[in-house]
Amino acid sequence: MPIFIDRRLNPKDKSLGNRQRFLRRAREELKRSIRDRVRTGRIADLDREHAVPMPRKGTGEPTFSDAKDSGERQHILPGNRSFSPGDLIPKPGGGGGNPSAPGTTESEDDFRFVLSREEVLDLFFEDLELPDLVKLNLKQILSFKPRRAGFTASGAPTNINVGRTMRNSHGRRIALRRPKQEAVDAVARQLAELESNPSNAAMRESIAALREELDRLERRRKRIAYVDPVDIRFNRFDPQPVPNASAVMFCLMDVSGSMGEREKDLAKRFFVLLHLFLTRRYERTEIVFIRHTHEAKEVDEHTFFYHTQSGGTVVSTALEEMHRIIEQRYPAAEWNIYAAQASDGDNFATDSERCIALLDRKLMRLCQYFAYVEIIDERESHIFGSTENGTSLWRAYNAVDGKWPNFQMRRIAAPADIYPVFRELFARQPALRKSA
Amino acid sequence: MVSQARKSELLFSGADWDFRKLSRVYDEIEAIGVEELRLDIYPVQMEVISSEQMLDAYSSVGMPLMYRHWSFGKHFLYNELLYRKGARGLAYELVINSNPCIVYLMEENTMALQALVTAHAALGHNHFFKNNHLFRQWTDAGGILSYLDFAKGYIARCEERHGLAAVEAVLDSAHALMEQGVFRYHRPPKLSSEQQREGLRERLEYEERSYNDLWRTLPPSQDTDKSETRDDGAAARKKSLKLPEENLLYFLEKNSLVLEPWQREIIRIVRVIAQYFYPQRQTQVMNEGCATFVHYTLMNTLFDRGRISEGAMLEILRNHSNVVFQPAYDDPRYSGINPYALGLDMMQDIKRISTEPTAEDRDWFPDIAGRGDWRDTLLDAWANHRDESFIRQYLSPALIRKWRLFVLADGADEPHYEVASIHNERGYSKIRSALAQSYDVGASRPDIQVVDVDLLGDRHLRLQHKVKDGILLEGESRDATLRHIRSLWGYDVSLAAMDAETGAMLSERSTKEL
Repeated sequence: MPIFIDRRLNPKDKSLGNRQRFLRRAREELKRSIRDRVRTGRIADLDREHAVPMPRKGTGEPTFSDAKDSGERQHILPGNRSFSPGDLIPKPGGGGGNPSAPGTTESEDDFRFVLSREEVLDLFFEDLELPDLVKLNLKQILSFKPRRAGFTASGAPTNINVGRTMRNSHGRRIALRRPKQEAVDAVARQLAELESNPSNAAMRESIAALREELDRLERRRKRIAYVDPVDIRFNRFDPQPVPNASAVMFCLMDVSGSMGEREKDLAKRFFVLLHLFLTRRYERTEIVFIRHTHEAKEVDEHTFFYHTQSGGTVVSTALEEMHRIIEQRYPAAEWNIYAAQASDGDNFATDSERCIALLDRKLMRLCQYFAYVEIIDERESHIFGSTENGTSLWRAYNAVDGKWPNFQMRRIAAPADIYPVFRELFARQPALRKSA
Repeated sequence: MVSQARKSELLFSGADWDFRKLSRVYDEIEAIGVEELRLDIYPVQMEVISSEQMLDAYSSVGMPLMYRHWSFGKHFLYNELLYRKGARGLAYELVINSNPCIVYLMEENTMALQALVTAHAALGHNHFFKNNHLFRQWTDAGGILSYLDFAKGYIARCEERHGLAAVEAVLDSAHALMEQGVFRYHRPPKLSSEQQREGLRERLEYEERSYNDLWRTLPPSQDTDKSETRDDGAAARKKSLKLPEENLLYFLEKNSLVLEPWQREIIRIVRVIAQYFYPQRQTQVMNEGCATFVHYTLMNTLFDRGRISEGAMLEILRNHSNVVFQPAYDDPRYSGINPYALGLDMMQDIKRISTEPTAEDRDWFPDIAGRGDWRDTLLDAWANHRDESFIRQYLSPALIRKWRLFVLADGADEPHYEVASIHNERGYSKIRSALAQSYDVGASRPDIQVVDVDLLGDRHLRLQHKVKDGILLEGESRDATLRHIRSLWGYDVSLAAMDAETGAMLSERSTKEL
């Protein structure tokens, strides 16, 4: 009798450690393929599994092996049908082919495998260790929903709970011995019987007694109400705050000629990151793309990132468009509104005032967050680093920044700069809520 | 009553298995195996695993315990992909040459399959592991699991102490030389037990702790200086290093000047594992043939005795014929000679020759033809042969005709293949010898040896590749592997290609050029 061991319930993922080691080794190449994927794919597509080709660099396992194109070999094959010794068979592909050993070793490295969502994100954000920030409470309580919360003695007539009320009434009637209808009826019937045939004095006496009895019962019934106000119970409803489960994200971008490939790529990463945060928090996330030059237009994602348009730069048009769309489709009571604006900071000189006014009076009241990133040249980054002056839009937005805590602005020169924007954006939130 | 009695004779019915049935079937199969085929086996430990665990086992070279390395992760991804796409099914079982012999059974198998697998692995492979001389002499079935346990723990501790990257670098290099990390000709030193390894490590640690640089400054003794005169240089130092050495990993482990003790230990681990698998590589046809022959015989016996139902037998036969399917060379499914098919056919052929030989067989196999006792012949073959010698000894003309084997000569410079031999009177022995040759692992791997190194001079490590039949090494992987050797050796390495016949130097590649 052999020993049996049931291993099926052993911990799974025995090879997880090996997988992690492998991914770490192929990191650079995997990062590149994820980045390419994001560059060409849609914003909402990042947050899932991805199949990536097997990285070639760093994952080879060299050994000493024979060169296929040298020397003399003998192949022993089964299934000869028509060959005789001395027959010549032309090699496939003009020589060098090898019929007995199709190159299995080559194809082993040539396959795609699936990275999990977490692995994709980890690679995408270049070791920016996605922190617990995502867990921070982003949701804002914007609507209430009544929820049953027991019973109460007062309330609106529509909320009367009949069952409870009648139960109370029944109990009270029993306790106070309210005469039942049958008892009254019985006395009345007896009385009527006697009255129809009053024959002697004794009977007349009992008629009087019965009358009195009936009168007493009637009076008692009147005194003890069938349903008394004290019996009445109402369903109690508590207003329960309902976190708003849907969010809309506005992506605003300047698409005038000054925004090149690099700028758009950075902007896209920024949008991807914001989208990622939002999808974590909300059941439903919609994205609205508004691009603008001197006029703004809502477009689809592909047009947003890949079509250029010539023209000047008037930022306020985009803000107006956004406001219009909010009014039309996304009432602030039902939607959490997030806005992300990417620009190189150019703006029509006289337009900045108008932008401030739009943000200050209208949009900032509606938005949960408004994040502005200015994409600058890497060479400029150390000049502008922390100074207050800058492009016209930067200076204009500085005024808004001071006034509204849910406004964020930041200069970005490299992908690594994007993340801190969010760190600030979302780290500030708890303080804000406490004070509110 | 009669029907009930018949029913109880069946070992199982239906597709579902449970541990009671497995145990009953094993006991029955073992009894028949021992009595009918005179098998001699290690005790058996059966482990039931899921498909994912089977994939795990695949990626770590089939061992239940393995240290961690990224290449296993890569292989896991590859195997998983094939499995998920349905391009390849998983094995029904996996068996480990250990004492007790561990047999993995897949939970998805039906009861009939479990019975088949039990006969195949727990009896067939098990017998082969225990009795074949290669395994008896070269592997230590009792020690392998505890050794692997030690290896896994040791490498994990090294990772903690020296960092993942440092350990990985050593493992990468050692893995590249795994093929050159076995003793092919002389027996490897016996696997020391875990305690001994532990003691050795403690000693190393003590030496590290008590290292005193002062000793280095002592003047060398006069005696050694005298004997080490320059004249007999090369010959003497080759002798002192026991060169030439075919086991590159062994040489590097013992003689590298740059390796830390823990790095040597890691190389040793890789080397030991390579050595452990070396017999398996040499006995593919025999091992699978033996297991297949055993399961085929035992299952038929069970069926003849009415212990398994016709339905179960049909399922077993279907799986059996899938396993031993051998397409012809021009079939799109052809991917080399199927070791199961060749092994089984040869063993059944031996049985036939022993019991009902033809005149031709008497001619070719005078010592076994018509002896009648095929069991003895098979047991003897299983115990004393490896693939190469087995084929050379037992491949009969009848089987060559049945398989219609032919030899194709393939010169790299020729535009044609030439049909060298076919299954005719003149071809039999040539085909037999060519097929045997192709299973000679020692001969089909590049023969690379350490030939010289001047430890007191420039420490340039010289390797030699004996080129057979003009088959050179593939350039890119050769350079990459040389780089790995260099990182283990610490100084320059060169590889000279020398024609095995003429002794002419063909080319030389040094890490200086890389």
